[in-house]
Amino acid sequence: MASITLKINSKSYTVDADPKMPLLWAIRDIVGLTGTKYGCGIAQCGACTVHLEGNPVRSCSVPVSVAANKNIVTIEGLSDDNSHPVQQAWIAEQVPQCGYCQSGQIMAATALLKRNPNPTDKDIDSAMQGHICRCGTYPRIRKAIKSAAQLMAQKASVK
Amino acid sequence: MIANNISRRNFIRLSGMTGAALSLGFYFPAKGKEAEILKTEAAGDLGIELNAWITIDSSGKVTIVNHRSEMGQGSFQAVPQIIAEELEVNLDNVNIIFGVGNSAKYGSQITGGSSTVRGTYKKLLKLSASAREMLKQAAAKRWGAALSDCYAENGQVIHRPTGKKLGYGDLVAEASKLEPPKEVELKDPKDYKILRKPLPRQDTPLKVNGKAVFGLDKKLPGMLYAVVERNPRFLGKVKSFDDSATKTVPGVKHVIKVQMNVFTTKREGVAVVADNLWAAMQGRKVLKVEWDDSGFEHHSTDQLYTKMNELLKGEPISFKTKGSFDAVYEKATKKLEAVYETPYESHSCMEPVNCIAHVTENKCEIWGPIQGPDWIQDDLSKQLNIPKENVTVNMTFLGGGFGRKAFTDYPHEAAVISKEIKAPVQVVWTREDDTTQGPFRPGMVYQCKGALNDQKRIRGYETKMAGQNMNHQWPGSDKTSYNDSVTEGFLETYLESIPNYSFGDYPLDSPIPVMWWRSVYSSTNAFAFESFIDELAVLGEKDPLEFRKEHLWDDRYHALVTKLEEVSGWKSRGKNSGYGVAITECFSSIVGEVVKVSKKPDGKLKIDKVWAVMDCGWYVNPDIIRAQVEGSIIMALGAATKHATNFKDGKAVEKNFDTYKMPRITDIGDIEVHIMDNEEKAGGVGEPGLPPFTPALTNAIFDLTGKRIRKLPFNLDEV
Ligand code: FES
Ligand code: FES
Repeated sequence: MASITLKINSKSYTVDADPKMPLLWAIRDIVGLTGTKYGCGIAQCGACTVHLEGNPVRSCSVPVSVAANKNIVTIEGLSDDNSHPVQQAWIAEQVPQCGYCQSGQIMAATALLKRNPNPTDKDIDSAMQGHICRCGTYPRIRKAIKSAAQLMAQKASVK
Repeated sequence: MIANNISRRNFIRLSGMTGAALSLGFYFPAKGKEAEILKTEAAGDLGIELNAWITIDSSGKVTIVNHRSEMGQGSFQAVPQIIAEELEVNLDNVNIIFGVGNSAKYGSQITGGSSTVRGTYKKLLKLSASAREMLKQAAAKRWGAALSDCYAENGQVIHRPTGKKLGYGDLVAEASKLEPPKEVELKDPKDYKILRKPLPRQDTPLKVNGKAVFGLDKKLPGMLYAVVERNPRFLGKVKSFDDSATKTVPGVKHVIKVQMNVFTTKREGVAVVADNLWAAMQGRKVLKVEWDDSGFEHHSTDQLYTKMNELLKGEPISFKTKGSFDAVYEKATKKLEAVYETPYESHSCMEPVNCIAHVTENKCEIWGPIQGPDWIQDDLSKQLNIPKENVTVNMTFLGGGFGRKAFTDYPHEAAVISKEIKAPVQVVWTREDDTTQGPFRPGMVYQCKGALNDQKRIRGYETKMAGQNMNHQWPGSDKTSYNDSVTEGFLETYLESIPNYSFGDYPLDSPIPVMWWRSVYSSTNAFAFESFIDELAVLGEKDPLEFRKEHLWDDRYHALVTKLEEVSGWKSRGKNSGYGVAITECFSSIVGEVVKVSKKPDGKLKIDKVWAVMDCGWYVNPDIIRAQVEGSIIMALGAATKHATNFKDGKAVEKNFDTYKMPRITDIGDIEVHIMDNEEKAGGVGEPGLPPFTPALTNAIFDLTGKRIRKLPFNLDEV
């Protein structure tokens, strides 16, 4: 057991946990942010994706000690009011079915668009192919990423 | 919101209703009789258990109790859309509460067979129209006006001659004193304002910010977490276990032997209970269990399929027949025989199976991703010997269901553990547990035979199916009974146009637990049926779509095929790609699909496009239908080309997504979905899009390469 400081969505949490505990369980069961999901536990499905220092990582495969004192963003930290362009695009394209995989999908998509504001189909493929959706929302995910890119470009040009 | 025990008082509290209210529901006077609409108070006086469906309060707010679980197929949306249409209110004013398990109150609540809309839409339309008429009558009375001069719109009654208006909220007190009309007129679908519109789902916002509460997200005060090391062989027992290392893991509280019911068998395991899930998982890792695996067969995939193929040589237990197939086949000059194989499959919902139970002296409460709340209530009441009214089953959002979460095993196991440790507990199945423990979709072998007449039409058709019959697992079931699902997926019209046919089944006895998997038997039957029809078309040297057309003796099917032909550009298809078609019927909906495949520069196959035409009769929301068909196609793609559950030495082999591989975003191109507009009875939406995809794909591959695929799954890269 160790006392570890986690900075999640700009808030600090001190958790008492086994340093080897995956970040996923610290976020869900200790901090209590349940938007980040468990799907496989072996870095195969992407349901547990969060941003660690801005990069998408699979929190099921990152020990909590590695994430100590680093900036973590979870689905709950994207916006207070669903106003993030990716969330907006996800609503506009009606992407979710059961919704379970969508936190991970959205975190991957936001990271992609930050790196690459204008992704091609190939770019989308390589950023998203690690993410399983059992409900088969892939065609809509592709569309939503493209419309989020447009939304972001519009926002940028207004500024 | 999810609510239990919806008494009228409770209902008022939960819905935050204010003041007087008009509350209408329906009940069934007797089995098979039409539903009757009744006021809640009247039902109370008469002692009738009513489905308290809709209530309008003095602020004009409408509340509905939804009796179905929401697992992604959109009933969260469909029910309010139906109500808002005939009630003439804005969808935003409609608030929905999930009901809890209580079959007396809600009728069957199992979400399966794509039945949410199918089973209830007419009653819901009538109910809402009745409430609207009562509100109109109340307004007419207040104004001393003629009822025919009043109309309802947007939550108000309007007096046409003067333009006077009264909101529903102002009218509920008076309306609630009136009697529900005996007859109501329903709208012509042409006049729909809300139905048939692609309105956004109301649960979407919760599903893009992590706020939707799935079973795994639910927490109770003082709740413990459990994982269970179950015997990987379905009939095996626990001989002994050594928990000395487990008990040293910080957080571990209890290690106990558990048994859960899986149909008529008992599944044994050892539960590790801890104050957090991670600790429970760590404790399980160092647990040592010795199993007793004697007294039953340790099957492998090969053995299972050899057995099924052997069975096919014997006599089927019964037949669905017309004419005399054998005689026709014997004499035919143009005839064909083929065998098709489909694998066992895991449901692999994205949210692994999990359940919370809190069992006390004489009460049991359950929370979880649940498709069949009333069935679970019944089962737990019997297993725990607790009166039914003391068993409450609460449904959360489901991260997928596909039939798996309709079963009663996982709540039973959670209840057994909670009872023993005397605390609320969440039992979590790891992905590995979820993939290996079943129940599975049964594997099947189909033997098809067919004969053509001189006009190259089908004169005789036969399918024999070997595989596990899901119904044979129930306690006391007759194991010699005919599987009446053997024709599931086959077009009804073929049964008319084919003069001689016979369908039979050979049940396989096996310890593997099997359960409905999205679209049930159609998900495998259709591969055999629609591949074989294609093979017969080739035998007759006919265009596969034209060939099917000749056997469609009904305008409804013709309209669908014509549409499919048009949208897919079937007639002008080029030489460099392969096109395949399949049409199936499932849960009263007919779906036709065309798949286009081509070769990549490296020679490997790729799926360029899928066109689907869905005829589900009367429908609610076209966008939800499109989403369901897209999802069904992708789920079918997985079972056709990516994953299968194999068995070795009595255990499931594939454990997680590294070996039980899922389709990915890179695996499929565009899917274009069309919906037929007609007024036929509402059919299912969540499942019928699945069965035609696989045969349409393999038929397309045949068209391009001349290779006939008869065994699933196959690797698209290796064709
Ligand atoms: S749960 Fe982390 S990748 Fe699947
Ligand atoms: S929406 Fe259900 S798994 Fe993706």
